[in-house]
Amino acid sequence: MYRYDQYDHQMLADRVAQFRDQTQRYLAGQLSDAEFLPLRLQNGLYIQRLAPMLRIAIPYGMLSSRQMRKLAYIADHYDKGYGHLTTRQNIQFNWPHLEEVPDILEHLAEVEMHAIQTSGNCIRNTTTDQFAGVSADEITDARPYCEIIRQWSTFHPEFAFLPRKFKIAVCGTRHDQAATQVHDIGLYMVRNAAGELGFRVLVGGGLGRTPVIGSEIRSFLPEQHLLSYLDAILRVYNQEGRRDNKYKARIKILVRETGVEQFRDKVEAEWLTVKDGPMTLTQDEVERCRGFFHDPDYKDLPGSSELLKRALGGDVMFAAWHDQNVSAHKRPGYAIVTICAKKTGYAPGDLDAAQMQFIADLADQYSFGEMRITHTQNVVLADVEQDKLYDLWQALKTHDLQADNLGLLSDMICCPGGDFCALANAKSIPIAESIQRRFSHAELREIGKLSLNISGCMNACGHHHVGNIGILGVDKKGEEFYQVSLGGSASNDTALGKIVGPAFSQDEIPDVIEKIVSVYKQQRSGGEEFVETFNRIGLDPFKAALYGDKSNSRASRPA
Amino acid sequence: MPASSEWIIKDQTVVSNSWRILEAEVGVDELADMEQQAILAPLDFWLAERSTLQARKGLTGVWLDSNEKPGSLIVDSTFDINEIPLIAVNFPVFSDGRGYSTARALRQNLGYEGDLMAIGDVLRDQVFYLKRCGFNILMPRADQDAEIMLTAFADFKTGYQASIDQPEPLFRRR
Ligand code: HEM
Ligand code: SF4
Repeated sequence: MYRYDQYDHQMLADRVAQFRDQTQRYLAGQLSDAEFLPLRLQNGLYIQRLAPMLRIAIPYGMLSSRQMRKLAYIADHYDKGYGHLTTRQNIQFNWPHLEEVPDILEHLAEVEMHAIQTSGNCIRNTTTDQFAGVSADEITDARPYCEIIRQWSTFHPEFAFLPRKFKIAVCGTRHDQAATQVHDIGLYMVRNAAGELGFRVLVGGGLGRTPVIGSEIRSFLPEQHLLSYLDAILRVYNQEGRRDNKYKARIKILVRETGVEQFRDKVEAEWLTVKDGPMTLTQDEVERCRGFFHDPDYKDLPGSSELLKRALGGDVMFAAWHDQNVSAHKRPGYAIVTICAKKTGYAPGDLDAAQMQFIADLADQYSFGEMRITHTQNVVLADVEQDKLYDLWQALKTHDLQADNLGLLSDMICCPGGDFCALANAKSIPIAESIQRRFSHAELREIGKLSLNISGCMNACGHHHVGNIGILGVDKKGEEFYQVSLGGSASNDTALGKIVGPAFSQDEIPDVIEKIVSVYKQQRSGGEEFVETFNRIGLDPFKAALYGDKSNSRASRPA
Repeated sequence: MPASSEWIIKDQTVVSNSWRILEAEVGVDELADMEQQAILAPLDFWLAERSTLQARKGLTGVWLDSNEKPGSLIVDSTFDINEIPLIAVNFPVFSDGRGYSTARALRQNLGYEGDLMAIGDVLRDQVFYLKRCGFNILMPRADQDAEIMLTAFADFKTGYQASIDQPEPLFRRR
């Protein structure tokens, strides 16, 4: 993991002091609400429905056990004992007091964490695939580049007041788990014919009201030019992105209005003015950053574990969990374990302080003291010996962390929605729960891989556009309705879901999901996953099942 | 429109302000009345009356609004941008960040070495970024306190990125 040196520590200490001073001036009435707003947002602080909300960055998802314990401490001392993992590898606390936020930031700084640029119109936390560095099919580990981008984007003096928020994802694995194509900039790591490393550059992806899949503007950017190229993109955006209308201010709109070709030409022209200058990455810097992400001290283990085989044979519950939540590791004898924070009855992505403590202990015991947070709101222990999987699973059971639903319908992405968020049109957590309660575990396994994403409004924090099934809360004449879309995907084949038809009431949703699933079960052929069947048969069979001959009477309902 | 204030911060010191910001073009007579007055002309006026204004030598600068591109100043290939003694960039509201890119482009792409002044909604909490992007003069909003403004230069000891005031990024210095 990246470790801070004296410069990083100094920068963070300066930041905490700066925000303490800003908060004091605000509380003393010397800063207006409007002046304080971007300052607090750039420290992750929203003012929400019930209290302020503090969003803390987990850069590219990496977390040490020491950091996790600190989060548990913050949950206990400054919140109501829990935190919420987000789709952008951040963690949110819903109940801190404004006056105490500088203290929280000071606690975080002790463990090399912060809330810098986790909201506001600036460059946000850079995200990546949670299997970076351990995946068997990786082009290269993206994390060193994420760290390089983190430093470049932190307090970038030119880009602190962009037209709108700006999100970057980097993906070095072949199977994209970072939703790279729906980011303002998506970077895929690639090698050219000569075997040199570089990036395929996409711009203008994003969700929100106007979901767009990013467009490629460069098929190969040699790695040493990473920062000068990013600088050039940001400069074109900062100068030309729309500022007259907040809903048209994202780079996706600029790219669309300018045209991809022309936008690329502008970026390339801007790039020529800085290319090969001091921003060019040095081999030393790349090596220095790589050095932080070297393999831990793996043991030499046989490729398959006898202990594991016996446990799988002897305990069907364990075998079910293993089947679902354990993924292949690049090293013989090791495994990647995903702890699903998706147990029915808990808000998706919520962890309480005791669970955080406990996961930190498990990381120390089983996985070299490190964890990763995923954009699907789960936690990964990336380096577990196969011999120890059975012990680990038994330990997980003691803290309600054994949910064996990774990738299944009940492993939903879900935003905080109307229970917490001031912008919500509708609640989302109770919807998630009502769906989870509808299906038995056996049914879920029989259905197989299916992503279901829920957002409480069109801001799309819950990624509903790219769920195989997407649910969006809409408000019609003060009543909460839910619009359902099908066929979305956030992976290499990124696609935006198609709306099935008029929206449903909260009570109808479990039935609706059940009907959608039965159409799939009737129509699937061979080992097709939900989204493959959908792509083959299209929307109509689902429409027929959902609206049938009632579709006329439904037409009068709000859409 | 930006108002002229009585004091400015130049190279991190408070000094009195001699520059008067013109909101719009003025006629020949009015210009003659301001013979000894340092003025900042709006871009359109400056472009239209460049030869007249240039004759005033060190007494005429130009100000760009946040949507005006620094490249507009380069009217022909013989023009040396460093003949302009002062260029000001307006921040109509502090959260309009275009001026930062304007400043960096003036310094970095156009090689401007003269005085560069931030005007308009210039507040304490943006001072550090303004300085890093190449502004050496700040004309703060009327309600700002000089002493408090000055403390902002010490907000951070250093920065990660290449910037106008520190062209080497931290990774080349650590
Ligand atoms: C509760 C407080 C929250 C507020 C007020 C909030 C606000 C917003 C807003 C206004 C947008 C739309 C931005 C745009 O279209 O330009 C947005 C997008 C987004 N938010 Fe949130 N959000 C909150 C919580 C969350 C949470 C909990 C997550 C993760 C689960 C999250 C992740 C995202 C993501 C991934 C997007 C979409 C990014 C895109 O448009 O490309 N937010 N949020
Ligand atoms: S999608 Fe809407 S309701 Fe949900 S967290 Fe985002 S802004 Fe709030």
